[in-house]
Amino acid sequence: MSTAVTPGSETPQSDTSADTLVSVEGIKVHFPIKRGVILDRTVGHVYAVDGVDLSVRRGETYGLVGESGCGKSTLGRAVLRLTEPTAGRVVFDGTDLSSLRGEELRKMRRRMQMVFQDPMSSLDPRQSVESILVEGLRAHGLDKGREATGKRLRTLLSAVGLPITSLRKYPHEFSGGQRQRIGIARALAVEPDLIIADEPVSALDVSVQAQVVNLLEELQDEFGLTYLVIAHDLAVVRHISDRVGVMYLGGLVEEATSDDLYAEPLHPYTRALLSAIPVPDPLVEDRRERILLTGDLPSPANPPTGCRFHTRCPWKQATRCDTERPELREVLPGHKVACHWAEDIRAGAIRPHEVEAVLVEEDGISPDVPLVGPASMTEALNP
Amino acid sequence: MALLEVRDLTVVFERKGTKPFTAVDHVSFDVEPGQTVGLVGESGCGKSVTSLAIMGLLPARGARVTGSVLFEGVDLLTLPDKQFRDRRGRDLAMVFQDPLSSLNPVIPIGIQVTEVLERHRDMPRKKAMVEAAGLLDKVGIPDPTRRLSEYPHQLSGGMRQRALIAIALACRPRLLIADEPTTALDVTIQAQILALLKELVHDMGTALVMITHDLGVVAGLCDEVNVLYGGRVVEKAERHELFAAPRHPYTHGLLASIPRLDAPRGEKLNPIRGSVSDNIPWTEGCAFAPRCPNKLDVCVRVTPEQEDIGGGRLLRCHNPVKPPVVEEVSV
Repeated sequence: MSTAVTPGSETPQSDTSADTLVSVEGIKVHFPIKRGVILDRTVGHVYAVDGVDLSVRRGETYGLVGESGCGKSTLGRAVLRLTEPTAGRVVFDGTDLSSLRGEELRKMRRRMQMVFQDPMSSLDPRQSVESILVEGLRAHGLDKGREATGKRLRTLLSAVGLPITSLRKYPHEFSGGQRQRIGIARALAVEPDLIIADEPVSALDVSVQAQVVNLLEELQDEFGLTYLVIAHDLAVVRHISDRVGVMYLGGLVEEATSDDLYAEPLHPYTRALLSAIPVPDPLVEDRRERILLTGDLPSPANPPTGCRFHTRCPWKQATRCDTERPELREVLPGHKVACHWAEDIRAGAIRPHEVEAVLVEEDGISPDVPLVGPASMTEALNP
Repeated sequence: MALLEVRDLTVVFERKGTKPFTAVDHVSFDVEPGQTVGLVGESGCGKSVTSLAIMGLLPARGARVTGSVLFEGVDLLTLPDKQFRDRRGRDLAMVFQDPLSSLNPVIPIGIQVTEVLERHRDMPRKKAMVEAAGLLDKVGIPDPTRRLSEYPHQLSGGMRQRALIAIALACRPRLLIADEPTTALDVTIQAQILALLKELVHDMGTALVMITHDLGVVAGLCDEVNVLYGGRVVEKAERHELFAAPRHPYTHGLLASIPRLDAPRGEKLNPIRGSVSDNIPWTEGCAFAPRCPNKLDVCVRVTPEQEDIGGGRLLRCHNPVKPPVVEEVSV
């Protein structure tokens, strides 16, 4: 595989080596905020993803964690170009996805599939399981006659642990865990290289979650899949991922191997996040010290200047934090952190302090932007 | 006498033309002042219906509630509606899972908080507003006076849940029922809310019934835990004992299927096989039998009774998990 893609395109972080399947370079997704019915002015942007670099190696599981609104789902969609990125590019197996158009992109999509969070709303209630699975095969020209396809469907179902009789059934006849298995079978049907799983188990009951987590791991071993798993549950992510990236407000704040990250979180946000997770063991719960964050996640439409986390950070310093946005840099081998003071915090030279909760403006554009134009069609016609 | 005594609470949903469905089946538990009791289970185990039945919020038509709910010796189930209304919100209050759908979207937060104060404590509006600001401040909402005039949509999820807790606490209830209060929230916000609840129980001596599916939350917060399965309590124990030695195969399976942050990585999870839809009715045997790794022949023939196994523990199982061998008596 050649590393060079479109001529003249700059490669800021060119580690597109042979074992990298996907590399995301400086990707940004900004959604415009519109006001007014007729004028339709753009009054601001939601900076959902604001400059993320990451690479996923062949055969590994990369976990993306963060709280709601941090942009992890948008990032996952932008990688597949389900949402068009505002800037940056995604290189998939040596091909720059942003250079692909129409049919080329459609063909490429065979190799990267998605498993969605809510198996009920991502499966068509009026399609039988057979029809759901065959649709992808047909679209990519993999339907090679009745017999071959029938065999393929049986292999798929047994791979995800569903009975053969499921083919004639409809999604509502299955339980949540089984529906998620159908969603996984649909993704597997077209023999992809990469599967992006967006909250694959969060809609499921605890006892069923473990079944699906185990299934994902088995399938990876069997088919040599590469996963990008997006989830808010850090315990699940730690369990299945080789490497983990932590997102906060549109950017990666820390990236490390799963074991390193959980053994020694370096970014203040990761520390707080890890300490907030309840552990099902009263002895641990009674002993551990929690880093309680004050306040809420700031609005991604109006992100704080400098480090995005400085408004809630217990380790915030007087300088740099609120003026200079920290780069993701390698502090320990293979352990990247976006914090100016990571070394000092690690050494214990900086102690955490109290943080005053800051009021969060919901859209971040209300005070200074006047509402111009009519608020509704009626108002526009009868001023 | 305990503050709240729930005895044989049973809720049956009936509809013409369909088979009656028993959502809660002879559930009994006590709550003492200042104590936190957990009701744990997966979706469909009847934990929310239990809380609605205690609060008298189930519809009179369609739901048949039997048993007794004694609050300070008064049976709430036979209490006339008017008297129940006087108590609800004053003596016992509830915090729901989804703060957005339990707040009225077209009424400012302030009015929704003062409503309780005006109704139960006969406070004039102006005085109630001052009190409301104090309450919002107490639950950790910054700039409370400004927030009073805002609408629910202007608040974030965590702030809404705090507002809801403020409403529930307005009359200093002696019993607070929290139905999955943190499920809709992010972990960092969850930690804030749990710390708040803990503080309230500690400071005000409020009794708390915590309903959750998250065993991690239970481990940190509850004194006593009731594990529900298919509408019945299958295991009841003090939290340290429950987590150290789960006896019911369901509790044991639940704990084994959760990936833990503090456990070594790389080991496979041990899920419970099947799903809730495989259950058999309690009348025919043990509802959990089809999913149970410890199943015996007797399990699908005879309904297991709740037995006292000592140490304040109750268990409903024919073939419980053996307790781990303890070399020394631990604390």
